[in-house]
Amino acid sequence: MAPGGRQPGPLPVTIVGGYLGAGKTTLINAMLRRAGGRRLAVMVNEFGALPIDSSLIEAADDRIVSLTGGCVCCSYGEDLVSSLAMLAALDPRPDHVLLEASGVAFPGAISGTVGLLQDFVLDGIIVLADAETVQRRAADRYLGSTVRQQLAQADLILLNKCDLAADPEAVEAWLGDVAPSARIVRAKQADVPIEAVLGTRTDGSAVTAGRRFRDHTAGYVAAELDPPAGVDPEALARLLADPARRLLRAKGFVRRPDGAMAALQVVGSRWTVSDAPAGALPGLVCIGLKDQADPAAVRRAIREAETGARPTG
Amino acid sequence: MTNTIYPARKIITMNPARPHAGHVAVRDGRIVGAGTLDELAGWGAYTLDDRFADKVLMPGLVEGHSHTMEGTLWAYVYCGFFDRMDPEGTVWPGLKSIDEIVERLSEAAGRLEDPGRPLAGWSLDAIYYGNRRVNRHDLDRVSTERPVGVLNASGHILNVNSKALELAGLLKTGLDHPGIPLGEDGLPTGEMKGPDAMAPLGPYTGFDRDLLSCDEPGLRRFARLCVRTGVTTAADLANTLPDEAVDMMLRVTAEPDFPARIVSLRRFYGVTPEELIAHVLALRDCSQNNLRLGIIKAVADGSIQGFSARLRWPGYYNGAPEGLWYIPPEHLLEIYERAMAAGVQVHTHTNGDEATELALDCVEAALRKHPSPDHRFTLQHCQMADAAQFRRMARLGMCVNLFPNHHFYWGDQHYGITVGPERAERMNACATALASGVPLAIHSDAPVTPLGPLFTAWCAVNRRTATGRTLGEHERIGVADALRTITLGAAYTFKLDGEIGSIETGKRADFAVLEDDPESVGGAALKDVRVWGTVQGGRIFPAAGI
Ligand SMILES: [Zn+2]
Ligand SMILES: [Zn+2]
Repeated sequence: MAPGGRQPGPLPVTIVGGYLGAGKTTLINAMLRRAGGRRLAVMVNEFGALPIDSSLIEAADDRIVSLTGGCVCCSYGEDLVSSLAMLAALDPRPDHVLLEASGVAFPGAISGTVGLLQDFVLDGIIVLADAETVQRRAADRYLGSTVRQQLAQADLILLNKCDLAADPEAVEAWLGDVAPSARIVRAKQADVPIEAVLGTRTDGSAVTAGRRFRDHTAGYVAAELDPPAGVDPEALARLLADPARRLLRAKGFVRRPDGAMAALQVVGSRWTVSDAPAGALPGLVCIGLKDQADPAAVRRAIREAETGARPTG
Repeated sequence: MTNTIYPARKIITMNPARPHAGHVAVRDGRIVGAGTLDELAGWGAYTLDDRFADKVLMPGLVEGHSHTMEGTLWAYVYCGFFDRMDPEGTVWPGLKSIDEIVERLSEAAGRLEDPGRPLAGWSLDAIYYGNRRVNRHDLDRVSTERPVGVLNASGHILNVNSKALELAGLLKTGLDHPGIPLGEDGLPTGEMKGPDAMAPLGPYTGFDRDLLSCDEPGLRRFARLCVRTGVTTAADLANTLPDEAVDMMLRVTAEPDFPARIVSLRRFYGVTPEELIAHVLALRDCSQNNLRLGIIKAVADGSIQGFSARLRWPGYYNGAPEGLWYIPPEHLLEIYERAMAAGVQVHTHTNGDEATELALDCVEAALRKHPSPDHRFTLQHCQMADAAQFRRMARLGMCVNLFPNHHFYWGDQHYGITVGPERAERMNACATALASGVPLAIHSDAPVTPLGPLFTAWCAVNRRTATGRTLGEHERIGVADALRTITLGAAYTFKLDGEIGSIETGKRADFAVLEDDPESVGGAALKDVRVWGTVQGGRIFPAAGI
């Protein structure tokens, strides 16, 4: 239950896609290990060479709530819906669902279904790519178009196994063409901060005003900002999702010109604005790569959205 | 040790040494022999049973690809465009207008007591109502109180009423999903297209459970349909076979009056390839006469009419994208390799020709690693295979089970929309398969199309579409080949051809008992051959009493 016994909002679902061997299970294990106070529910599939680490599942403090088997493939839509319903019914209810798509599924199709379910909300689509093999896979006679479409449907691409690739820069440049709307994060062993994959936790009060980028995990920065009242949240979300801003994620609450509080979320180029839960305080957390995201640019976006919300000459 | 000898008007044996006989002798559920009364009297004491004296006997028909779910679906309201016989023998007239659909659903709704209980229909075929699509307003005329959902014949569209949308939280504007058309009011029209759009409605319309693992009443209904269509052995082609289902099927099929032999394949789902092989080997040991287990089913791609089959270049005629893989190629190869090594048979659903090509590549690679004599790996549907692919199948020792019913039900759509004229004419190339020496079966995929091997044979012989076009004259096959295909041909794909599929000494006493002679009515009338019932394992099942 949310604090104060309120009706919990829809359960966020992050889809983890990518072809076999790209590191989906490694990423999920890493997220479970870093879950912190989050109750993560995980839907795995496909039973790859690498199992989900059961010691993580059996964590005594009950923070990791469940693991279900089942093949998440768009052809078995009804299983997807019933498995998700099962997770949402868990007590205590999970905070977030990580849904591993099958190696040949289109994560965009799964997100389409999730988007139609009343108790769930799509958080974003993370697609893993094996830096060593992804270009060969994308040229494969049978798989090529599937792999390219998976990448193109991503909000964030985790370019994994960069330590094994001869020329990760070249792969990243190539990905930019294949998946123009995705943000690309390089990684080894799917080693990325949980905030980049699942976003920050905001239950209405979690954002603390910091007004500056600060070091986070190596390679990443998080900006915690206190946006002024009277911001057009749609305009701001659109600006933050602009590839030029090079943010991975942004999340928080802003006050509209009419005083109402709006929740804003950006994952790569995907953005959503909804009504904020009661009692939410203004604040915005932006996450980016240290060598890419520019705090000044974020502040400029906020100012732009602020003026944009006012009637002009 | 007394034999029963049945004289018949004609016995079509499928035994080339004596293709026809006048009598068949049966003992202990098996065939002692077929021949003249004199010849059969030589086996010793007999009683003469002349109940089939004016009937034609054929080997019990074998449906090589159906799903017992056909029996389950008859618990719902039949909403098809074509007449269809239910398990009790009632022929439900095809519904020729949307008003008729609404009327039949309303009647069924009137019989339900609980006002909130969902009403589910099936087999609606939206393409036959002109430009007019069934929408939620039509189904609101059935009920505004209870959710109503009607599954399309193709299985790819679910039509729902406003109540169902409301319960699913989707009766709202602003939806942006490729599978959800919106009306002028901005609300969904009630047509949910494709599994992704259908899924959220499942729990509210009664289509939420895994329909492919059958239930007990469904299995019993399915078996009654088998009797009515002359079928004595039928595949249940894609079951995950959980323990409860296996226990139920073992119990029900062992009953003294259960009239059919079910070959239930274990669909690859929810386990690793390694676990799959172990499960199938364990299942194989549980087999009993009327329940055969131990074969794997894999699904490579989707369906042609759902535009999810994997097509080779140049793809779909209407420009739709090239379809979906339902299994990573590596997994298909791994299953094949492990299955070849363990001596387990695999049947693979491939619809598009690219999926067929992948399966052929994987079989070839697996065979190099584990040379496997007489593996009989079978491609199911395999609708778009070209001549070169059939030649490869033959060289690789594979079988094929083609789907000629498609020509009748969707042939015009394949011609005009999905694959285009040229490939529509080569689809389900039965003649090429036979000429290439590929062991051939043909199927209904019931409930996708109705169970009925004689109808399927008619489709293969005539290749007529619903509007009367002959689709691919040169791929038509003769009546004799068609009849062999729905008996021995299908039996071969399950390695049961030594046991069933022909009427000769030592085989199971499985007969289709017919009122008409399929060899003399002519190919155009094959679908109209009347079925009296069956003999299965020597037990007599008149359709009228089932
Ligand atoms: Zn199939
Ligand atoms: Zn099937």
